[in-house]
Amino acid sequence: MTLYGSFTTTHLLYLVMAIGWTLVLSGLAFVLGSIAGFGVMLARISPRPWLRWLAMLYIEGIQGIPLLILLFIVYFGLSVYGFTLPSLVAAGLAMMVYVSAYLGDIWRGCIEAMPKPQWEASECLAMSRWQTLRLVIVPQALRLSLPPTVGFLVQIIKMTSLASVIGFVELTRAGQVINNTIFQPFLIFSLVGAFYFALCYPLSRWSETMEKKLNVANRQA
Amino acid sequence: MSPIVKLDQVYKSFGSNPVLKGVSFEVAKGEMIAIIGASGSGKSTALRCIDRLEHIDRGSIEVCGIRVDDPAIDLKQLRLEVGIVFQSYNLFPHLTVEENIMLALRHVKKQSRSEARETARRVLAQVGLEEKAAAYPEQLSGGQQQRVAIARSLAMSPKVMLFDEVTSALDPQLTGEVLRVMEDLAAGGMTMLLVTHEMAFAKRVADRIIYMHQGKVWEIGPGSMLDDPQTPELRAFLDNGL
Amino acid sequence: MKYHLDFSALLPYWPVFLTGAWLTLKMTIVAVVCGVCVGTGVAFAKRGRNKLLARACAAYIEIVRNTPFLVQIFLLYFGLASFGVRMPTFAAAVLAMIINIAAYAAEIIRAGLESVPRGQIEAAECLGLSRWRIGWHVMLQPSIEKVYPALTGQFLLMMQASAMASQISAEELTAIANTVQSDTFRSLETYIVVAALYLALSLLIKLITGLLGKVLFKRRRVLRQAAARAGKPAPFASQASVASHGGAA
Repeated sequence: MTLYGSFTTTHLLYLVMAIGWTLVLSGLAFVLGSIAGFGVMLARISPRPWLRWLAMLYIEGIQGIPLLILLFIVYFGLSVYGFTLPSLVAAGLAMMVYVSAYLGDIWRGCIEAMPKPQWEASECLAMSRWQTLRLVIVPQALRLSLPPTVGFLVQIIKMTSLASVIGFVELTRAGQVINNTIFQPFLIFSLVGAFYFALCYPLSRWSETMEKKLNVANRQA
Repeated sequence: MSPIVKLDQVYKSFGSNPVLKGVSFEVAKGEMIAIIGASGSGKSTALRCIDRLEHIDRGSIEVCGIRVDDPAIDLKQLRLEVGIVFQSYNLFPHLTVEENIMLALRHVKKQSRSEARETARRVLAQVGLEEKAAAYPEQLSGGQQQRVAIARSLAMSPKVMLFDEVTSALDPQLTGEVLRVMEDLAAGGMTMLLVTHEMAFAKRVADRIIYMHQGKVWEIGPGSMLDDPQTPELRAFLDNGL
Repeated sequence: MKYHLDFSALLPYWPVFLTGAWLTLKMTIVAVVCGVCVGTGVAFAKRGRNKLLARACAAYIEIVRNTPFLVQIFLLYFGLASFGVRMPTFAAAVLAMIINIAAYAAEIIRAGLESVPRGQIEAAECLGLSRWRIGWHVMLQPSIEKVYPALTGQFLLMMQASAMASQISAEELTAIANTVQSDTFRSLETYIVVAALYLALSLLIKLITGLLGKVLFKRRRVLRQAAARAGKPAPFASQASVASHGGAA
């Protein structure tokens, strides 16, 4: 059925299905990136200087290069070393590295925002550093970390659009494919933008609401 | 001689909360009037209305012949005649003391940079702070910041100066230096209207004291009025040392 | 299968890489300067009295911040082309970047403006200063100092986002990398070199903005020197920043 010009319901369906892949890649990037990011965060606050330095170089390095370049390095790196894997894997890997650096840095900031007396009190109770982290610091830092983490999830969803460059068919690539056949870029990319907006806007508002509640709570504390 | 400031049956409410319920008084040239009263009596509101920081609902306010309550007036003219000093000093933190004073001189009175600097130095000398001209507000004590705020308003050569509880936020030992500056100003013939809790100062220096209670002028008279309150409300207020 | 990294094949392309880096830098600087100016206007408009304008600005900001930059570039370049408006790719890329960064800058600057205490604005009004003068001297100047770190963060993010301009064949570092790797077949080495160049650009920008900050913000310099003379610890020592959860993409 024709919806507008030569844009049909088939095209619309194609876009909608591609949203699914955007979500899959976003989820993959977030989960893998969180696990790796947690490790990065631990290294960054480690009492061992060499580990801290390594983590800092990692974070500064990854944060200093565009995701697109990282994507190319992983994609071409995999292919020249003989791995023929689907583009989803390359994209997922590159985004995992990217997300781990940013989330690791965000979470480090939250941990460091925890007041020193908390650490001191636990030390005086003869708790080990790991126990202190696990039982005292992280549970409190968790609340503080929610708004920026959800905010970064929005970034991740937007970043998945880059996977289109290495051929992974997520929402943006789907739009390009359709555009290459019916040449209606304004309609198609507006629609694509609207779909991203529908995914991202609720998360952005949620992050803002959480942050406001946190500020109110902090003032009352 | 027409009064510098004249309030006539001024009414003002904040939403459904009436704060001024028919306030009338006059301030003659060179007079120093102290307004006292409990919190919520409307004294700060009355002061702010004089410089059009709040709009009145009914009545009239006249400053140097300008009808403040008239929405069509040139606000700039009014603000050139009236200087106001706030409880929280409100100095501009990113400018030095001198630049704070020069800002309005250059952009409102259109003075050249050297003229403005000269005026700034003059008023700073008047409040005893010339050596702090290049300092930033956060390097000064509260008392010094308040004196700079007074200098900043003074530099504009206003006809009347309003002081809104300017020593309430200061430690007792810093209050003295600010009160001294205000006393000098009064002695120099400036028309001043101050909302204050400093009873001893008011009694000694003010020409007249206005006691406000629940949005009205309750009693008005010379400093000796505080020794012999006519109304039970003023008596209670003085007894409580509010 | 073994693969040997061979960077020597890229040596003759050094001038090409440097040109690309310069183009990226140029693109980013122009976009950031214009974007911050536009963003400042949007920030004031959003707080202004015209409610329709304020809501339009709010909508603009939310749309830009919740859609991918790549889609914005496509919409601008291909979308306008379909209406017969053809523009050079460099200009299109810069325009898209300006629109993008203005939205983020507007939010950052608005936060700065809102942190100016009401009392200072009242004091300025009572000194007779006009609304424009108050906006500049009393609100914007102290705000810029406060939000400078966040703005420079956006600058860096925008520089990385510029890589996406390669997708509309604009001339910048990533596009040049694509060309070089198709010439030399040394794709991995090319992108590693380009990554290093982006890192170098990032460090350069951090250095320049840091120095600029020290020069521009006289107040901090004066306070730092005064503290040093008095033997007290320096104020404004590194502020641990919880990473901004906004990004120019």
